[in-house]
Amino acid sequence: MLRRIDKDQPETFAFTKSNLSWAKKQISKYPKDRQQSAVIPLLYRAQEQEGWISKPAIEFIAKMLKMAPIRVYEVASFYFMFHLSPVGKKAHIQVCGTTPCMLRGSEKLIEICKQKISKNQKEPCSKGNLSWEEVECIGACSNSPVVQIGSDYYEDLSEESFSNLLDNLIEGHPEPGSQKKRFSSEPEGFLNSTKVKIEENKNASVRLFLETSIRKKTKKLMSER
Amino acid sequence: MENNLRKIIIDGEEIGVNPAMTILQACEYIDKEIPRFCYHERLSIAGNCRMCLVEVVGGPPKPMASCALQVKDLRPGPNGEPPTIKTNSKMVKKAREGVMEFLLINHPLDCPICDQGGECDLQDQALAYGVDFSRYIEPKRAVMDLDLGPLVETHMTRCISCTRCVRFITEVAGMPEMGQIGRGENSEITSYLGRTLESELQGNIIDLCPVGALTSKPYAFTARPWELSKTNSIDLMDALGSNIRIDSKGKNIMRIIPRNHDGINEEWLSDKSRYIWDGLNKQRLDIPYVRDNSGRLKPCSWNEAFDLITHKFNKSPNILALAGDLINIETLFSAKELVSSLGGRTECRIADTCIPPNDRGLYAGTVPIAEINNSEIIFIIGSNPRIEAPVLNARIRNSWLRGTEVNLVGEKSDLTYDYNHMGTSLSELDKIIKSKTRLFANKRILIILGQGIFSRNDGYEALEVVKKFKESLKAELISLHVAASRVGAMDLNFVSDPGYSSSIEWSDIILNIGMDEYDLPEDKFVIYQGSHGDRGANRADVILPSCAFSEESGIYVNTEGRPQISLKACEKIGEARENWAIIRALSEKLNCTLKYDNLIQLREKLFLEHPNLSSLDEVKKNNWINSFMYSKECLKFDLKNIWRDHYLTNPIARSSTIMAELSKNKQKK
Repeated sequence: MLRRIDKDQPETFAFTKSNLSWAKKQISKYPKDRQQSAVIPLLYRAQEQEGWISKPAIEFIAKMLKMAPIRVYEVASFYFMFHLSPVGKKAHIQVCGTTPCMLRGSEKLIEICKQKISKNQKEPCSKGNLSWEEVECIGACSNSPVVQIGSDYYEDLSEESFSNLLDNLIEGHPEPGSQKKRFSSEPEGFLNSTKVKIEENKNASVRLFLETSIRKKTKKLMSER
Repeated sequence: MENNLRKIIIDGEEIGVNPAMTILQACEYIDKEIPRFCYHERLSIAGNCRMCLVEVVGGPPKPMASCALQVKDLRPGPNGEPPTIKTNSKMVKKAREGVMEFLLINHPLDCPICDQGGECDLQDQALAYGVDFSRYIEPKRAVMDLDLGPLVETHMTRCISCTRCVRFITEVAGMPEMGQIGRGENSEITSYLGRTLESELQGNIIDLCPVGALTSKPYAFTARPWELSKTNSIDLMDALGSNIRIDSKGKNIMRIIPRNHDGINEEWLSDKSRYIWDGLNKQRLDIPYVRDNSGRLKPCSWNEAFDLITHKFNKSPNILALAGDLINIETLFSAKELVSSLGGRTECRIADTCIPPNDRGLYAGTVPIAEINNSEIIFIIGSNPRIEAPVLNARIRNSWLRGTEVNLVGEKSDLTYDYNHMGTSLSELDKIIKSKTRLFANKRILIILGQGIFSRNDGYEALEVVKKFKESLKAELISLHVAASRVGAMDLNFVSDPGYSSSIEWSDIILNIGMDEYDLPEDKFVIYQGSHGDRGANRADVILPSCAFSEESGIYVNTEGRPQISLKACEKIGEARENWAIIRALSEKLNCTLKYDNLIQLREKLFLEHPNLSSLDEVKKNNWINSFMYSKECLKFDLKNIWRDHYLTNPIARSSTIMAELSKNKQKK
């Protein structure tokens, strides 16, 4: 399905101060005449900032990298990870629908999305907080079914835990990782094939989340503005 | 050199080729035809259509795209034999048939209503590699058509995503406004968010499109390629003398397309030249007119018109012939013979344009246009080549892409490439001359001299600055004119010593041959000889209707001094006559009969007197006349470009509705 850029576009786009300096740092990583290679990181940062990639964002980045806007639009439309229309303000839920997750019940998760969020994919719910889409394998099959929200994975979901997750998402930012309290992808409940002892009770990506939780990010954003 | 060649075997034939060549080029070198859609020798290599697959023996066990595989990347055989390529093996045939099947899966079967029919690459190659049935039963893909503006019609469902148009617009035209969005089956060729194209070279994407996805809007559904008679001609919309082919059906011109000429237009053509043809049938003068006592133009016969001229001439014999922008050499030659034997004057430097006669090294330049590709530094002085000669501008851009430094003295404008804007006046050149800098030593430097200098009031002095500049840099020079007939007229010495203004003042009768750009004084008797009812005809006392360039054969000398011949594409309109024949008939009435009765005799005499014009399609090395002193006065003034709106610069263009639309669109933006 060809994704086109949304009909309703905001007037302007600008990186926040910290994002702008981050973007400039990214650009400086590339040799002088190859700096257009920074287009993907910049687009992704724009998406993290606004939730989706708007026309002003494309043109802003094009100007920053001295590219034609069509070249940036080509990239943004090529990768499904870039959203070309607005998504939920609080979260955009990417439900993995590939075989392992499907066998473990992702179809039920999708049903819940349809009921709780909206009937169609990539269509924000009536309040505009959440949206969802089905994605191809996101590479966490042993913790299936999995959903991805931003850069966080919510794993080992059941109908109930996913339902709770959706409720909690509106209030705050639930902790990612296994929803069955697994450390990572070890066998559930017991370890019979490895002698490695798990000393920490949170894996690295969960810890990273806790350290730089979105709440902190939001606070930072607020203070900047 | 021999040692640098790499031996390869193509279909059993051993050849030595440059290792940098691609396999496709190596195959073409020995006349093996490789089918292709996306590959084009003047664009970058994309390798996405997969039609040019060949078998590389001993290479990977799969067919390889020959357009993107270089000879130097081939491996020799186990015992050091040369690498072997097969272009007609079973594997190749099957692979190409597979590619063709995929291309045809989503391609609509609308050849009967497609403008590309008959000259379609897909059609031709489907004949060789297609099958007569389809295994595809699923719904076909359909794509919304784009609005690319008044010139290019789109049928995007037919698109096979070869991306030739995208590459042309980005690389050659330098206006990256098209792209391919989406991915896989759903990808589409589109302009950025549905914008219309703005390039002056956009018409070329129609020629480049191998299928009927991009077709010509004005030509849509008017003719089939096999019913057109094709005539080789020369374009007159700028002074470049682009080689064109006029396709006509009966007496109507259906379209104009470029011919390949590596020295001039490569295979491109500007939109103005391509879409001018509707102007050739509008506003035409098809019968003679004379102005009666009430001041109205009334139709008359040729004899009446000539009688009036004879009558006027016998009363006051000071006659001045003016040369317009689109007039061929033969006409000017006969006009000069007639007028000078009548004791009159001739002038082609309209509105006191400053071109020194007999200084061919200056007005026709010292090198051919193709030298742009070889220069390291280019100075553009007083010109906007993007509108004065879009195809030449593409050549400068091509050179710039490969590292040439471009400097501009004169008005700033968007030239589709980056340049160093030195300033707007000639003092910038003076500074370089005075500084005696070594910055430009041992560099191949080219000066492109535009109308910004020639059209100045103090042009002769300004030219000395440029000449001095050229000498101090040891540079070469190209003069970029905008009038297609200017260099030819200068070659014939179609000038008067006192110059344009004083000759007009001196004259009683003005024989205006197709000059429509400037007004003539009220108190003269003006004979207008031309094809279109434009400003010149408006201010005429007698109108002699003549052929347009498409209706007569003629020689034109382009801006680099290359004489080229244009052939007659269609019949003349009404009572209009060939330009030279009108002069010949007039000469008889004025008792000064010219000594030729047909074009061949005329040309014999012309070549006898101007032997350099007889070497068609050759650029002669011109002598350089050294510069004189110049005063500081001329350094002050800013250079001005001659054209603001290049779509409406001659009577044919002004009669064309397409040009009017383009001009309107341009003004909106």
